[in-house]
Amino acid sequence: MLTLYVPRDALARALGADRVAEAARAHAAARGLPLRLVRNGSRGMAWLEPLAEIEIDGVRHAFGPLSPGDMPALLDDPASHPRALGPTEAIPFLARQTRLTFARVGVIDPLDLDAYAAQGGLAGLRRALLLAPEARIEEIKQSGLRGRGGAGFPTGIKWATVAAAPGPRKYVVCNADEGDSGTFADRMLMEGDPFCLIEGMAICGLSVGATRGYIYIRSEYPDAIATMEEAIRIARHRGLLGPSLLGQGPAFDLEVRVGAGAYVCGEETSLLNSLEGKRGTVRAKPPLPALQGLFGRPTVVNNVISLATVPWIMTHGAAAYRDFGLGRSRGTIPLQIAGNVRHGGLFETAFGLSLREIVEDIAGGTASGRPVKAVQVGGPLGAYFPPSLFDTPFGYEEFDGAGGLIGHAGVVVFDDTADMLEQARFAMEFCAVESCGKCTPCRLGAVRGVETIDRLRAGDPDALPLLRDLCETMKLGSLCALGGFTPFPVMSAVTHWPEEFDRARVAAE
Amino acid sequence: MLDDPAAARLAEILAAHEGLEGPLLPILHAVQAEWGHIPDWTVPAIARALNLGRAEVHGVVSFYHDFRDAPAGRHVVRLCAAEACQAQGGRALAAALCDRLGLGMGETAADGSVTLEPVYCLGLCAAGPAALVDGQPLARATPDAILETVRC
Ligand SMILES: Cc1cc2nc3c(=O)[nH]c(=O)nc-3n(C[C@H](O)[C@H](O)[C@H](O)COP(=O)(O)O)c2cc1C
Ligand code: SF4
Ligand code: FES
Repeated sequence: MLTLYVPRDALARALGADRVAEAARAHAAARGLPLRLVRNGSRGMAWLEPLAEIEIDGVRHAFGPLSPGDMPALLDDPASHPRALGPTEAIPFLARQTRLTFARVGVIDPLDLDAYAAQGGLAGLRRALLLAPEARIEEIKQSGLRGRGGAGFPTGIKWATVAAAPGPRKYVVCNADEGDSGTFADRMLMEGDPFCLIEGMAICGLSVGATRGYIYIRSEYPDAIATMEEAIRIARHRGLLGPSLLGQGPAFDLEVRVGAGAYVCGEETSLLNSLEGKRGTVRAKPPLPALQGLFGRPTVVNNVISLATVPWIMTHGAAAYRDFGLGRSRGTIPLQIAGNVRHGGLFETAFGLSLREIVEDIAGGTASGRPVKAVQVGGPLGAYFPPSLFDTPFGYEEFDGAGGLIGHAGVVVFDDTADMLEQARFAMEFCAVESCGKCTPCRLGAVRGVETIDRLRAGDPDALPLLRDLCETMKLGSLCALGGFTPFPVMSAVTHWPEEFDRARVAAE
Repeated sequence: MLDDPAAARLAEILAAHEGLEGPLLPILHAVQAEWGHIPDWTVPAIARALNLGRAEVHGVVSFYHDFRDAPAGRHVVRLCAAEACQAQGGRALAAALCDRLGLGMGETAADGSVTLEPVYCLGLCAAGPAALVDGQPLARATPDAILETVRC
């Protein structure tokens, strides 16, 4: 029996994986060839998708990128196929990674709970069930895990606050709104290893005394929504979730909720309002969501990757996780390499690589073959880095020091055709479109920002000091990072590419 | 306006969401799945069922980009307008599509055949430009690939 893996991940499907799988099935049926077709998650090498794998002598071999027409020859004689890439895990892009959170993504059928358990799944929850409540949270604190949603807040401290908060009802909310351009780690994890997120949320619930959890997934992710819902049904049916965690612990159950196309709903308090059925406006802090969150109850809000990393830490221990990393950025980070790159995709690695290593070695430079001009790190609120800053090591404090942020670790590469004034304008425009409307500097400032940049484009040099002032006002007067951080991409473009904002001079020359 | 089968269907939707915490967004998604938009006549009934003011429900509907006040075209092309796709030719793709469909971003063709709208990231950023065409993901999208789907 031949075992063929063809990913069901949305990116693989977007490049034709369903047709590839169908062609394989049809050919096998026509030839009477016994075929076991597994729809796995993606290995995260976008330029090789659709990437299929065949087990040869117990080792998985990769083939890609494939089209339906490749499948007959591939099934008949895999070894000599022109798309053969050799043993999957020897492909340099994969071999160089440290996959902890993503260890099973692309490896197993995401909805096969037995395969999940066979590959180390549920060990973290089993261990957590044996530990005293304080010991569970201590493990997370000691690991050094910080929130991967963007703010980098220590996860263990957040959990301890919720655990200590009095109240009969508490919640775990998973932030799966993943709105940042250039990010897809949450999506790949949910589509590729949903039980890992479920296990992480269960450990969280157990640790803080919450019996209900919600996963708030953006509506732009139909595949992730379907996979998560199916995984929850299976977990409930198998007794992982429900009246008693694994039949040994307290009750814990989960529900998926779908967003409605508002970027600001990724901000945790806006997300809570949205879950409550309200407009997604941002709440002032305090009170902290940890103390008064969903429906006013103590609530943990954590990103998908933060929660999905918890099972690994519980299984292998805090010290093993803390051993990876740089400075106060401990453990691994799933980099998402996107934009104009030769080798884009998901690259999980210990903190500390320089931006240059990421862009030049791992991503292999631009897909267009032209020089790299700018890299935006951390989504639409992240700064544009010029090549002169590419020695910055990947870490929370290090990026902060260079005037940027790592956010959700999206790395978006632009070649020399990028128009930085246009990019700055887009940042303001995006803020204007997505502002929740609560504070004037954000709501009106962003609109004014677009107008001011249009004046610059028209050659009015007086608009530049205005733009600076506007950015200063937005930074100081905004309640959340949407208004407060939009000046980062804008001012980084002005600072590093000043000539592009001086259109009058450019025109005169 | 308010024919009985529609009202009955809405009552079913409302009943199916009883017992949920914070049911308004799930209800609105279900209403939109049924009618393709949030028809005005549904708002008072939803408000009554949830013990909310009409203005409150309307305020929620208008806050979120997803909820439509009129049905979309038979095909919906949601084209990524965010940075990683811009870096891969997204702006040119948008311009070409607008041109060939004779539509602006956010518009629906007069014959109701297609709606073209921007979306900010689909998580397909390593193989842009990306689009969601009738709910199906499309990467390294070209005008031809998109038009082929919406013309059939
Ligand atoms: C405008 C805005 C958008 C955000 N979007 C997201 C998001 O999509 N996903 C996410 O996990 N965090 C997002 N955050 C950060 C959350 O507010 C919050 O810090 C995070 O969910 C906490 O989880 P963590 O500690 O595990 O990172 C956003 C913040 C802001 C200000
Ligand atoms: S900064 Fe903008 S998005 Fe954030 S609370 Fe203020 S108005 Fe809302
Ligand atoms: S930026 Fe276009 S899919 Fe993410």
